[in-house]
Amino acid sequence: MEEKRVFAEPPPMTAEVPEGRDALHGDRMVINMGPSHPSTHGVLRLVLTLDGEIVKSVQPHVGYLHRGMEKIAETMTYHQFIPYTDRLDYLAPLSNNVGYILAVEKLMGITVPPRAQVIRVLCCEIARISAHLLWLGTGALDLGAATVFFHTFRERETLYDIIESLTGGRLTTSYPRVGGLVRDLPEGWKEKVAGFVASFPKVLDELDGLLTGNQIWLKRTQGVGRISAADAIALSLTGPNLRGSGVAYDVRKSEPYSGYENYEFDVPIGNEGDVYDRYLVRFEEMRQSVRILDQALKNLPEGPINIDDPKIVLPPKDRVLKKMEELIQQFMIVTEGFEAPAGEVYHAIEAPKGELGFYIRSEGGKSPYRLHIRSPSFIGLQAIEKMAVGSLLSDLIAIIASLDPVMGEVDR
Amino acid sequence: MAAGPYCDPSPPKRIVEALKTRFPGAVLEETEFRGELTLLVPGEKIVEIGRYLRDDAQGDFSMLTGVVGLHFLERDYEHEVVYQLYSLEKNHRLRLKVRLRPGETVPSLTPVWPGANWPEREVFDLVGVRFQGHPDLRRIIMPEDYPDHPLRKDFDVEGGPTSIDPPGRPASPGFRDMEHA
Repeated sequence: MEEKRVFAEPPPMTAEVPEGRDALHGDRMVINMGPSHPSTHGVLRLVLTLDGEIVKSVQPHVGYLHRGMEKIAETMTYHQFIPYTDRLDYLAPLSNNVGYILAVEKLMGITVPPRAQVIRVLCCEIARISAHLLWLGTGALDLGAATVFFHTFRERETLYDIIESLTGGRLTTSYPRVGGLVRDLPEGWKEKVAGFVASFPKVLDELDGLLTGNQIWLKRTQGVGRISAADAIALSLTGPNLRGSGVAYDVRKSEPYSGYENYEFDVPIGNEGDVYDRYLVRFEEMRQSVRILDQALKNLPEGPINIDDPKIVLPPKDRVLKKMEELIQQFMIVTEGFEAPAGEVYHAIEAPKGELGFYIRSEGGKSPYRLHIRSPSFIGLQAIEKMAVGSLLSDLIAIIASLDPVMGEVDR
Repeated sequence: MAAGPYCDPSPPKRIVEALKTRFPGAVLEETEFRGELTLLVPGEKIVEIGRYLRDDAQGDFSMLTGVVGLHFLERDYEHEVVYQLYSLEKNHRLRLKVRLRPGETVPSLTPVWPGANWPEREVFDLVGVRFQGHPDLRRIIMPEDYPDHPLRKDFDVEGGPTSIDPPGRPASPGFRDMEHA
């Protein structure tokens, strides 16, 4: 026999407002967002206090992806740490590799041959385009513009093919070495990149047409998550997040490394410091990166890719397999590493997210006494409170996307 | 070749000279390595010196790019805190350093550069330096109830005993222990 279901009487509708509150401002609600949430782009956890839909406070919690990389670095040789840098900002591993290697080279007092420098610039800019494409695709997807995502991921696939044919891995590149590069460019690689350089601006125009003048996009991004230039500087923001507020600080221009002074490119800046301006800045940076790629391909010099120092640079593999001396040389470098002088250096590069700096303290010996990674995402996340308090919860999603944090780099 | 405003890794000497005149005896040590200038200053004066360097027209260090904590064993100081300063206008960098004996604290630089907040929390979390006057000195990378400071040199890279280890049994030996055995 079917059981008769009894429903409780709903409470009577009332217009009464409890003592001490007014009708619009009721109880505050505490909401836990993340660490597993599609819009926090990784394992970022935010504890929000909401008044209706308005964010009253944001308390970020990080560290869910902490792997103790800085501690690990103290136990290994300088070469052994390269693969760990792949896993910092895992959207631009090539860029992290170059940043770390340049810091070690500064410590050692090494300057690499021109060909290696140009190839490193190519690597950095490919990484920048790839990282910005991911930011654009997921950021737009967060705000409901799903079309963009598919276009950007198609282009990223092309870039991953290029990266794979160069390094052997899509994500775990570990391509540069102290004193140069692991191997020279493969056959036909330049043509692949040239093909991308030729076709990509058209794709950017399409994406531009989908978003930049789109009324819905404008409504969701303009005036949202605003931060003034003074606040951005005080909070040590760097990269596109700082430039969106109108400060033209780009390490590639102010402190050129790897020969960036030889390229012609512009540093786009915004003026409002809102989500829309950060969007415009990153978008334009992709066009500028294409310009740099084009120049680098045209001016790629011939010559060696490694310095001539058998104590640091690994011998070519085919000789290791056949010659006694090279075998011993390879064995010594791999098992013993090389001695670095005592001292401390800080080297910064313009990674896709901002100023990525490696501070190395050496007390002499084969591994660093302390290695500190100044990651732009970690410092940048500080600003989330400044940007989000007082805005709508749905705008917080846009703000997180516009800050473009990568948790691998935040937690290290 | 485009001529850009290249960064001077260390600021002009006159800034250091002016700093020395303004705070006599405050620069305990001055080292230069690979063109980078490092000044060792007393911990209790770090806020004054920081504020002076930020507001001084010559120095104009508008940004604190990072804070690093180092731990030492068997020295007459236990910690070093390293501050990386950068001037957006003048395009030069300077590194300040303070040394702390066991149990000593250092004033927080958050009143001068609000961006010191998270980096100082990280230094506290990882090496155990306490910053006086920090508005929110909680752990940031490690869990809130974590008992140790993992980037101290007496903390083994394999980690200490954790809640995952079965009770009554010591943690499995790390490769370092095996090397010494």
